[in-house]
Amino acid sequence: MKNFLTLSLLLLSLAANASESVKLDDADIDLADKISLLRGAKHFVTNCLGCHSIKHIRYLRIAKDMEVDEKMILNDIAPLGAGIYDQIHSAMNKHDAEKWFGTQPPDLSLIARSRGADWLYSYLKSYYIDPKRPFGVNNMIFQDTAMPNPFWKLQGEQQAVTRKTIYGDHTELEIEEPGTLSEKEFDIMVNDLVNFLVYVGEPVQLERRQMGKYVLLFLLIFFVVGYLLKKEYWKDIH
Amino acid sequence: MKTNWFTSSGNWILDRFPLTKLWNDHMAHYYAPKNFNFWYFFGSLALLVLVNQFVTGILLTMNYKPDAKLAFDSVEYIMRDVHWGWLIRYMHSTGASAFFIVIYLHMFRGLMYGSFKQPRELVWIFGMLLFVALMAEAFMGYLLPWGQMSYWGAQVIISLFSAIPVIGDELSLWVRGDYVVSDATLNRFFAFHVISVPLVLVMLVFLHIVALHEVGSNNPDGIDIKKYKNEQGVPLDGIPFHPYYTVKDIAGVGVFLIFFATVIFYMPEMGGYFLEHANFIPADPLKTPEHIAPVWYFTPFYAILRAIPDKFAGVIGMGGAIVVLFLLPWLDRNPVRSIRYRGGIYKKALLMFAISFLVLGYLGTQPATPSATIVARIFTAIYFGFFLLMPIYTRWEKTKPVPTRTTEHHSIDEQLPALLEEITELKPATSEIDHGVFRSSFFSRRPSPTGIRHVLTRFAKKLVESLD
Amino acid sequence: MINEGVDNSKRQFLTSALTVVGAVGTGFLAVPFLAQMQPSVKAMAAGAPVEVDISKMETGQLIRVAWRGKPVWILNRTPEVLETLKTLDSKLRDPQSLESIQPASSKNPGRSIKPEVFVAVGLCTHLGCSPTFRPEIAPSDLGEGWKGGFFCPCHGSWFDLAGRVFQGVPAPTNLEIPPYRYISDTQLIIGEPEEGKSA
Repeated sequence: MKNFLTLSLLLLSLAANASESVKLDDADIDLADKISLLRGAKHFVTNCLGCHSIKHIRYLRIAKDMEVDEKMILNDIAPLGAGIYDQIHSAMNKHDAEKWFGTQPPDLSLIARSRGADWLYSYLKSYYIDPKRPFGVNNMIFQDTAMPNPFWKLQGEQQAVTRKTIYGDHTELEIEEPGTLSEKEFDIMVNDLVNFLVYVGEPVQLERRQMGKYVLLFLLIFFVVGYLLKKEYWKDIH
Repeated sequence: MKTNWFTSSGNWILDRFPLTKLWNDHMAHYYAPKNFNFWYFFGSLALLVLVNQFVTGILLTMNYKPDAKLAFDSVEYIMRDVHWGWLIRYMHSTGASAFFIVIYLHMFRGLMYGSFKQPRELVWIFGMLLFVALMAEAFMGYLLPWGQMSYWGAQVIISLFSAIPVIGDELSLWVRGDYVVSDATLNRFFAFHVISVPLVLVMLVFLHIVALHEVGSNNPDGIDIKKYKNEQGVPLDGIPFHPYYTVKDIAGVGVFLIFFATVIFYMPEMGGYFLEHANFIPADPLKTPEHIAPVWYFTPFYAILRAIPDKFAGVIGMGGAIVVLFLLPWLDRNPVRSIRYRGGIYKKALLMFAISFLVLGYLGTQPATPSATIVARIFTAIYFGFFLLMPIYTRWEKTKPVPTRTTEHHSIDEQLPALLEEITELKPATSEIDHGVFRSSFFSRRPSPTGIRHVLTRFAKKLVESLD
Repeated sequence: MINEGVDNSKRQFLTSALTVVGAVGTGFLAVPFLAQMQPSVKAMAAGAPVEVDISKMETGQLIRVAWRGKPVWILNRTPEVLETLKTLDSKLRDPQSLESIQPASSKNPGRSIKPEVFVAVGLCTHLGCSPTFRPEIAPSDLGEGWKGGFFCPCHGSWFDLAGRVFQGVPAPTNLEIPPYRYISDTQLIIGEPEEGKSA
């Protein structure tokens, strides 16, 4: 029997293939950091909203969850003319989008739930110069992406450099032409943006974790009382 | 005055409706064996989850829109704009997975203690029909969020019908109501998911319980408690279901709900197993996701489908993996019910079956590489071997004598004090060194790795013994 | 089964305790289940205040706008109508609007902020049909007593052009006036009360 168990494990390890090829950078996600989330919201409106909507969330929800005044959201973050109840739509025309990028830029409300924070964080930092592509850039994480680098002015332009190491060829991205932000400033900015997108993916997540404690505490009380009652009745049986 | 009115109106009902009789027949004077163990919680838990699915499901239909253009957005609308919609949706999605966990454990209990054997064959058949109806319910429900996994999962599974010779293509076309999965498919799946299949489920649950209460519950010793009765005709080893098992099940419900709530509030996606990541992308009929896998509870059967290198044979294999379960009462030729008194060969066969089910389940979630396919084939063979060889190996199985009365086994909670004592036995790793700031009881009493290993082996041995 | 030595009071206590805990739990669970049927944020968004430009309205004209999904009428009343309104008090059920719903700024005989611009929720206070606008005087179907007003086709309630209900019809109170205010001379916002006053 032991042999069978060992064999099963062996076969399993055989079947489990190491398919993960690209290493992702860790995004530092902290949804309690409301300042970071608000900065992320501002970055989103400035850099992403031109093409991408986040139509499943409303400005009102952001104001409520960030505990800031509705007027502050409308004045400082939302584009001109947006109403507090509005869902966050992009102003881009769908036909233009198809013409320019060959595809419509997706809605990003749930991108953090489908791709994960680390992927987004790494993706946004991994553009490099590639003259073969229509926009002159390619991406290490998502090869041949249809999206041009939205941050080339801020991050600068990166070059993919391949070096031979004892472990084989190793490709790294190096800044060729510096942008207006330092590397650290840029990392913080992208992190804020990803933090915001994680929040947008499921705005209720902070609240639900808060609530979970009380629910579990209550269920524990329920169980203890139920268990004592069971013990009391089962005295008859033993 | 008030009680008078109360009792008289109560009597008015009792004169016209057999409430007392029903209560007594199925609760207060339904005698269940007194030796139910851990494995006997899952029947009532399945009922609880069913109720949860009904209540939350009805609430979800109030805001869900079964329309290919609106479905995905309406789910997000529920998650964000409807008050408490997120809780109700997570209760429903987690409930779906919980349902299968509970049902698989419930079925495994049946395999261990021979609950499918004479005279409970019909209980087993109704149970298996319930399982099939539940799979249909879950499959159709999974299309409704209209994400990429919903869409392509449905596309793949419905295409299975096209493997059937002659009528296959027509049949899959008829099921879809379109040339691809589309709005028509979504709408009919909604109709089936919210009304037709739930009605079938309720009817089958009723039949399952009526059939069970006619023959009486099995027990971990697999013996017939009705053979030994006292002067009043009460089985000596039986206890009334109410209050003894109602209070016991309530405690079990408490534990279950703690797990259930932990998932809902802290890990509703369960790492992509309960809610798959790709399902957060709206369905796109022009683009298949890189890796599609059904939800975890279908993956063992999906792995069998992929393991067989022929389309039609694969479908037969997948269907056969379920059909063969129906035949179990007639495949097992050994009259001894409980695994406690059965021969080593059945114990080993059952363990191998359980492992093959889990491994196939894992493989079903993974991409089908050539090596994975070979492994899947081996375990598919074991899965079917367990059933198809059963008439042979159960015949010359050496069984132990079956007791005439139920035996005493310690339940988990009774073993707890002894286990805690063992843990305190563990020796501190380093007792003489000064720990400075960390000189708290927690750190200085940190157990040694050998101590942990000892406790774990002892616990594992006990677990194996309790199975015997 | 041994039934001797059973501590019945403990059993009773634990049963009650479990009942209480269970009832509390059910109560907690009922809150989200019932609350989900409340208007959602989407419904609240549709209930957001509406801006209306009345600069292009002719005298005597009625326009309809949707606010919270309800029809809201804006009527530009002629001077003749305003004169007629003063003569109707004796036939009305609640001429001073004492038992009707309106913001304080509209609690006057003409039931409006500016006398000529009348704003009201166009739903009959009887059972919620939307009355028809009948400005003509003494039409054949309504008879001599009709001085222009709103007539509810469902159950025949009569309202004058200030939304006040007549006596002897099913509707109990005058038409509801929504909170509204002027942003400029020709622009109204419906759904927001006048500054410093509550609806």
